[in-house]
Amino acid sequence: MSDAMNELGAYIESKRPDCVISWAVTHGELTVEVTQAALAGFVEFLKADSTCRFTTLVDITALDHPESDRRFTVVYHFLSMYQNHRVRLHVPLREADSIASITDVHPSANWFEREVFDMFGILFTGHPDLRRILTDYGFRGYPLRKDFPTTGYTEVRYDEAQKRVVYEPVSLVQEYRQFDFMSPWEGAEYILPGDEKPE
Amino acid sequence: MDGNKFDDALTGEQKIRNFNINFGPQHPAAHGVLRLVLELDGEIIERCDPHIGLLHRGTEKLMESRTYLQNLPYFDRLDYVAPMNQEHAWCLAIEKLTGTKVPRRASLIRVLYSEIGRVLNHLLNVTTQAMDVGALTPPLWGFEEREKLMVFYERACGARLHAAYFRPGGVHQDLPPELIEDIDTWAQEFPAVLDDIDGLLTENRIFKQRNVDIGIVSEQDIQDWAFSGVMVRGSGLAWDLRRAQPYECYDEFEFQIPVGKNGDCYDRYLCRMAEMRESVKIIRQALQKLRDEPGEVLARGKITPPARSDMKTSMEALIHHFKLYTEGFHVPAGETYAAVEAPKGEFGVYLVADGTNKPYRAKLRAPGFPHLQAMDHISKGHQLADCSAIIGSLDVVFGEIDR
Repeated sequence: MSDAMNELGAYIESKRPDCVISWAVTHGELTVEVTQAALAGFVEFLKADSTCRFTTLVDITALDHPESDRRFTVVYHFLSMYQNHRVRLHVPLREADSIASITDVHPSANWFEREVFDMFGILFTGHPDLRRILTDYGFRGYPLRKDFPTTGYTEVRYDEAQKRVVYEPVSLVQEYRQFDFMSPWEGAEYILPGDEKPE
Repeated sequence: MDGNKFDDALTGEQKIRNFNINFGPQHPAAHGVLRLVLELDGEIIERCDPHIGLLHRGTEKLMESRTYLQNLPYFDRLDYVAPMNQEHAWCLAIEKLTGTKVPRRASLIRVLYSEIGRVLNHLLNVTTQAMDVGALTPPLWGFEEREKLMVFYERACGARLHAAYFRPGGVHQDLPPELIEDIDTWAQEFPAVLDDIDGLLTENRIFKQRNVDIGIVSEQDIQDWAFSGVMVRGSGLAWDLRRAQPYECYDEFEFQIPVGKNGDCYDRYLCRMAEMRESVKIIRQALQKLRDEPGEVLARGKITPPARSDMKTSMEALIHHFKLYTEGFHVPAGETYAAVEAPKGEFGVYLVADGTNKPYRAKLRAPGFPHLQAMDHISKGHQLADCSAIIGSLDVVFGEIDR
């Protein structure tokens, strides 16, 4: 499995050296890092090339690394039902960057890109209908960013007096429980008072 | 019609505009909380805009603040029609990153319950699709069988629906021998029930009128709209992850992959019926293997709890148990994509671990999401009444689409 993947990775790099930043095979899966500008053309190449034939778009998602210079990584998964192999693309992005939509090549990218926009606020240029998809009508913020609190900012309830659903700032009766289970010997980044090592 | 231009109905041309209607979110044929905004020209669908997210619970966000084991029950709540198939993908992803080898017996039990899940799902889908197009009896018959299967769920793990039975490293507990025999008895009787449902629907005039040549999916559509599962097989492509990219121990089972010919709603119905018969074959094979091969059902190690008896005597085992259920196990940094052939299609988990006890990011790839997305494409040009037949055969469940 890994041999075939290595071969495929080398093949893709040799065909498109300008697009591929790097590639690696981990756990028998091929991951290719692609430059943001070259993405659309590269996806088209993957679909058309007879050795690759990645005709099915499995998934688009993103990763958020707030501490990094290139904050987002957009992740694409492709599958070829004809060649029976998969590939994963990583496209690193800065926070202000937008990325080209691939809806022209894969119509199924439409909702996946809407979801990434909804959850991370990444803009896809050339997308026909970039609306929010999973969150509420009129929702604000991007929930899957690491700086978005799990509890959110607003809560809704039905108001008997106004006879409609009202939005209010979230107020928790009890603080959101986030336990630190990490062992102080392995995981803790803090030093307990009195535990400081002598210089 | 535009009401303002109605003053001269005899001479002036009337301006006709398309009619917009809301289908759902509280429509019985919408299979949950689906809102479709339909643009109709007379009774022909011109445009179909599904509004989803009414069942969005933020599963992926919640998963980032919970340990790997705590996250497992969330998977039951995705596609709640076949819960264990989802858990399977999560376990496979964790096992891939930690390099855990699942004991043989656990693997067989997983196959057994995945196939029971498939029958559960197809029974619900086939019969409710019949209900969507006007038949009332099939759901009553199908749900009786589902009830029996849920009892098997309950006897294995204690819960009828939200099982949390597949665990990273195996399954929670072994099956009692009586249960294996009871499932076997059921598997022998079930084909007769399928024949009954078959007799009700397959040659039924109304059922065929509502489904044949409705929602035809071509090979090009499959590629363009990222279909998987029965949506692919109904159109004649024998694509099944159990065969194409075998996981667990599916490669040693004998089963056929039924394919359709025309790719319409009727062929997809036929595929699902045939798949249930194949699942019964797999179930019976798995049962026979389970009788022959007793053994462990959990890979004993860092990511699984120690045996109960060890905890009574060994201090280390007790500490391990405590640490496992409070801190949880750590998964080495890395990323992986694990997919299973869920009853609805390819269900995948993209897991990014950062070496701590919680996933850095987990993306759940639900098969229903791209299927529903293609609703606009498939239903364009069909009658309004076909809309419910198409939704039925897409096999959507909002637990997994909205996540």
